[in-house]
Amino acid sequence: MQLALFIIFGALAVAGALNLLLQRHPINSALSLVVVMMSLAVLYWSLGAEFLAAAQVIVYSGAIMVFFVFVIMLLNAGEEERTTGSRAAYIVGFPGAAAIFCLLSFVFLSESKAFGSSNVGGYLNHITSNISEVSSVLFTKLLLPFEVTSVLILVAILGAVVLARKEQ
Amino acid sequence: MPPASTNYDYLWLIPLLPFAGFLINGTIGRKLPRALVTAVALICTAIPAAIVTWLWITMKAAGAPDIIQVVSQPWIQITGLTINFAFTVDHLTLIMLGVVTGVGFLIHIYSAGYMAHEEGYWRFFAYLNLFMFFMSVLVLAESFLLMFVGWEGVGLASYLLIGFYFKKDSAANAGKKAFIVNRIGDFGFLLAMFLIVREFGSLDFTHVFNAISVNPEWHGGVLTAIALLLVLGAVGKSAQIPLYVWLPDAMEGPTPVSALIHAATMVTAGIYMVARCHTLFGRSPYALGVVAIIGAATAIFAACIGMVQHDIKRVLAYSTVSQLGYMFLACGVGAYAAGIFHLLTHAFFKALLFLAAGSVIHALSGEQDMRKMGGLRKRIPITFWTMTMGVFAISGIPPWAGFFSKDEILYQAFASGNKFLWFVGLVTAGMTSFYMFRLWFKTFFGPEHFEEHTDLHDHGAAVHAYSGSHTVMVADPEENHTHSVHESPWIMLGPLVILAILSVIGGWVGVPAAMGGHDEVGHFLDPVFANPTTAEATTVATSHGLELGLAFISVLVALGGLGIAYSFYYKKPGTAATLAARSPALYRLVENKFYIDEIYSALIVTPLLMFSRLFLSGLIDGGVVNGAGAAAGGTTRGLSSLVRRVQSGNIRSYAGWLALGAAAVLFVMIFGRSVWLR
Amino acid sequence: MSAQVPIAAYLILAAVLFSIGVAAFLIKRNLITVFMSIELMLNAVNLTFVAFAHMWHQVSGQIFVFFVMVVAAAEAAVGLAIIIAIFRTRETLNVDSVDLMKS
Repeated sequence: MQLALFIIFGALAVAGALNLLLQRHPINSALSLVVVMMSLAVLYWSLGAEFLAAAQVIVYSGAIMVFFVFVIMLLNAGEEERTTGSRAAYIVGFPGAAAIFCLLSFVFLSESKAFGSSNVGGYLNHITSNISEVSSVLFTKLLLPFEVTSVLILVAILGAVVLARKEQ
Repeated sequence: MPPASTNYDYLWLIPLLPFAGFLINGTIGRKLPRALVTAVALICTAIPAAIVTWLWITMKAAGAPDIIQVVSQPWIQITGLTINFAFTVDHLTLIMLGVVTGVGFLIHIYSAGYMAHEEGYWRFFAYLNLFMFFMSVLVLAESFLLMFVGWEGVGLASYLLIGFYFKKDSAANAGKKAFIVNRIGDFGFLLAMFLIVREFGSLDFTHVFNAISVNPEWHGGVLTAIALLLVLGAVGKSAQIPLYVWLPDAMEGPTPVSALIHAATMVTAGIYMVARCHTLFGRSPYALGVVAIIGAATAIFAACIGMVQHDIKRVLAYSTVSQLGYMFLACGVGAYAAGIFHLLTHAFFKALLFLAAGSVIHALSGEQDMRKMGGLRKRIPITFWTMTMGVFAISGIPPWAGFFSKDEILYQAFASGNKFLWFVGLVTAGMTSFYMFRLWFKTFFGPEHFEEHTDLHDHGAAVHAYSGSHTVMVADPEENHTHSVHESPWIMLGPLVILAILSVIGGWVGVPAAMGGHDEVGHFLDPVFANPTTAEATTVATSHGLELGLAFISVLVALGGLGIAYSFYYKKPGTAATLAARSPALYRLVENKFYIDEIYSALIVTPLLMFSRLFLSGLIDGGVVNGAGAAAGGTTRGLSSLVRRVQSGNIRSYAGWLALGAAAVLFVMIFGRSVWLR
Repeated sequence: MSAQVPIAAYLILAAVLFSIGVAAFLIKRNLITVFMSIELMLNAVNLTFVAFAHMWHQVSGQIFVFFVMVVAAAEAAVGLAIIIAIFRTRETLNVDSVDLMKS
């Protein structure tokens, strides 16, 4: 079953990413990205990260992507024009991207024996649930970073308000 | 050899005091009042003179060492070669030091009066002190390298002083010419030093000469090469053929400079060097022959030219070249003591002649052409009488100084078997007498040809604007005075009188045994020229009669020269002009110095200039050097214009480069670790 | 429960998503789409972290993902605010016209 899950939702994720790439209108790209995130949530769950799967759905695709869609609609972004722009991006960038992909897959494939395989619902240990596991680390050892991130979000809010404000 | 108990460190003061004078006058002299500049310069010359006097007393005392040495820290110390700052004083050095500091001090006093109203007064004394420093170093040096320092330094001082009136083109060119021609000689000196280092492994005099002395069979070969190269150096410094051309032009400098540097001291450095290296030269008869021939040839050649010059200083310049030829001749036949003796007397009378000529020029407000002089003996009597002493001395008429030294040289030349050289020397003596008395008659006797004219100066100035070497830097055109012929102030006449006395009695220290004297100079220099040359060895045996006979002949010749000059220039003043008119081409040839300068210019200077301009300046400087610079700049510019393209402002291109960079970092991280770990 | 999926498969999937994100970043001309491709890249990295957390049986990978999400949220907020500001002055969302920084 895990294999089926992985294949279906993996393919879905890749398809969504490709669609993001190929679509001309940004709203289509945004919706494809939502699909990608949803599939990734399933994959997280299959890897035993239940809390993250939920967070992915709620925060990432539920908040951030909605935010993206809001902005697209606010700015009334239309279809992309074909401008030539930069050649360097194609000449230099594509080989770079391809190189990154090849390097990464080379490493992963060559070490695949060492990685082992996954268990569906493979949990970290049999005693506690994933969420209590995460929260016990987050609120004890990493309490300070946790609080700092809340400050970070506060700063981001302020920044966003200031930047996006209409000039009077 | 130096006694351990006595400390001779005060020898360092002899060069260092003038150097201090140079530093003081050279840096702040511009701001100091004239009196202070003079005081500094004179003190820094007087004290060394006093020290030298003390040295004389010390070393003439019974039981005094023949040589004293002062050694300092090592200067250069590398494997195979050690050179120290070391001074040595033997009897030869004593005579040279006496000339340098004594005559130098007198000329400093004279200059205080002569240059009194010159712009750049402080500069003059700074350079003069610098010259004293270098000359002392040259004479005191214990090694070839230190002597070379002095050698080059006096060349530098000479250049600075010849070009003292630097605003005049002719003076600047003369300075350049002197320096460049000297350089040719210095090149020979340098090559000789290289050979010496290679052959002996040291540049110290004692080391080198000991190495030669302990090997009595060593002749010729590399020693001849070294000797010939040293001769080249001496020829440049002492203005012999073919490198004499700078000395007549050097008369562009102020007259005290001509007196000190180009008569008494610097030009004698070559002679001194040959005498110092007599051990080396003694082993190379070939080199000695070259020296003798060059000396004799120069003597007669310069005398020829001197006979028809009109400028009073030019006559004296060619006379100097000629007399230096005599000294060279003496060294060439092995009579080093005679050469040094003539150096000594020459310093007295030639300095006197130049200073007196300066007095004459000053009296006439800058006139140097003898055709515009005449009848001055009533107007400037003291100058007249002192100059007379000098003229008689140089002509070799007894009992004046020049007779004994010149006669000694001629006798040694004859006795060494070179009868032809003796004859050349004799003829030159006649010519010397002739042109000196010509100068004497034209300047002081006969009708007055000079104009008492209005000239541009302020009354009381000692020097005035006019042609030749007597230019004032700032002319004041508003004041016009009629200016009569006047005697120089006593600050200038004092040294003249002293030198005149020395020109009379100076030769009496060298009266040979044949004439009833003791030849003190010769004996004084015996410890230096320890191994008697063949010439000296035979003189002991040869009869005094030969010496007296030869002396008699040379006196006759000298008096003959006087007689001819008397008839040409006093009794029948037009004779010379008539003779000249009869062979105009020959006369013009000699008057134009045999066109030697023009020949040099065409043969050497012009090709060099063309080579420099076309090849060195055009090709190498323009092409290679400029090209390299342009290439460096162009490459940078090209590369940077390529790199600049990255800064396009376009986000996507930045992203492209980012991706590439990230891939590279990944690559290094993945595969670099193994390389690094190894 | 039959076939088990090797961890390497998840990692390769993440690499694929990451590369597609880079490509999209290079190709797309709309500012917002470019921004979205950044989010795609971040997600791919998240997947890698989770996979490794599963492999090592440690929770720190997931904690990392948690913080990445937080930061991504903040970044998205500020970034989109900037985009709005740019749109106000330039009237366009074309990436190529935002090139005032060129030398």
